[in-house]
Amino acid sequence: MSIFYHLGKYYILMLQAFAKPDKFKVVWRRVIDEMLAIGVGSIPIVAILSVFMGAVTLLQMAYNFSSPLVPYYTEGLATRDTMILEFAPTIISLILAGKVGSSIAGNLGTMKVTEQIDALEIMGVNPQSYLIMPKMVAALFVFPFIVIISIFLGTFGGYLASLLTGVIPVEKYVFGIRFDFTPFYVIYALIKAEFFALIITSVSCYQGFITSGGAKEVGDSGTRAVVYSCIIILLFDLILTQLLLTA
Amino acid sequence: MIEIKGISKSFDSKEILKNIDLNLERGKVNMIIGKSGAGKSVLLKCLVGLFDIDEGSILYDGRPFSEMGYQNKKEIRKEIGMLFQGSALFDSKSVLENVMFPLTIFSDKPYEEIKERALFCLRRVNIEEQANPLFPAEISGGMKKRVAIARAIALQPRYLFCDEPNSGLDPQTSIVIDNLIKEITLEFDITTVVITHDMSSVMEISDFISFIHQGQKWWEGSRDDILNSDNKEVVDFVYASNFMKAVRDNFKKR
Repeated sequence: MSIFYHLGKYYILMLQAFAKPDKFKVVWRRVIDEMLAIGVGSIPIVAILSVFMGAVTLLQMAYNFSSPLVPYYTEGLATRDTMILEFAPTIISLILAGKVGSSIAGNLGTMKVTEQIDALEIMGVNPQSYLIMPKMVAALFVFPFIVIISIFLGTFGGYLASLLTGVIPVEKYVFGIRFDFTPFYVIYALIKAEFFALIITSVSCYQGFITSGGAKEVGDSGTRAVVYSCIIILLFDLILTQLLLTA
Repeated sequence: MIEIKGISKSFDSKEILKNIDLNLERGKVNMIIGKSGAGKSVLLKCLVGLFDIDEGSILYDGRPFSEMGYQNKKEIRKEIGMLFQGSALFDSKSVLENVMFPLTIFSDKPYEEIKERALFCLRRVNIEEQANPLFPAEISGGMKKRVAIARAIALQPRYLFCDEPNSGLDPQTSIVIDNLIKEITLEFDITTVVITHDMSSVMEISDFISFIHQGQKWWEGSRDDILNSDNKEVVDFVYASNFMKAVRDNFKKR
């Protein structure tokens, strides 16, 4: 089916999702639940990945900058900036597209094929507003925190790598991560995080809502949610970088 | 009372429902029967507004449901209870939470009152209190149906729709569900519409029967009428099983 057909359906779904909710108290409770599921539930995987990404980045920087003309601290600086600019917002979002996106699409897809969404609609509940809006609002709240955590743990991973391998002196690494800090980089990372939060949740919710059939189709929806989210994230990464850093 | 006036519904170029007229009366179990693929479920989804109809109109006690906008439809939907074929209980909520859900959304009553009403509905469908904290995946098919009925009646609906309430249930549990539907219809004086192809259900609880064939209303009448019908399609459908043939023979002997 045409991409314009899906864009139109996606747009209508988003309008329905942000219609006035039936009861704010209930929606707010759902937002809290989703924040726990999307945010707190993702912290372990984000923590593990970030520490390893930071450590590997430092080792690769050390390998590539192995010139007496390049001071050691630049490796710490490069590790920090790589984590802030790209790894924490983009790579972590790609990972979350897999974890959160597939879970959202699978959950909503199952609700669709087992008529739970129809049941909501017949009760007079707006299913889009009840199911989609809390997920999107929760993701907008928690993604920046996840990115901040990832930046800290990534730079900590670099610290661990320098401490455990001695690839560069620890004090040079610490000096590097404190040297020439540009606060706007963090703002840039947080802006990207917000965009990616919207992309992951909305694309996955859309894929869940258009599911029809059975178990196979639910699985397909999960796969499509992850693949499309990743592609759109990478596309927006390019656009936002062009707009925010090079324009 | 629900009045269906000349409704038609097509998907792409395929006409599923053709000019159907029906009057479904209050305080009665109105059964819509027909073979698989006859258009029964599409008719039900049109009735509750999950599908928009192409032609005709649907009136809920004189209110033109099919011509209403989203907000007005929503008000009528609050008066509708529905029992889905697969129960459609919310997986992430316990039995009690499932029944409390519509009350939580649409009632401003305090939590304790909402819980009391939900417990009343669960007791009404004979769900024991030990089952209340269980999740849908942890209970049997028959229990799921009963919880779904409890959820459907929680908001004291004026209209109850049941989509194949006995599918996948053993004969004994089917009778329990059938009797429950009948009792609730009489007790709360509601308009009940049941979609089924289970003839024992039809013979057990129906007050009015409408036979849908190839998307058209082919026949309508009472339980006694259907046993005496000489309409070929109705006879083929009703007496497809040897058991029903025996029922007919006994009926004629009397």
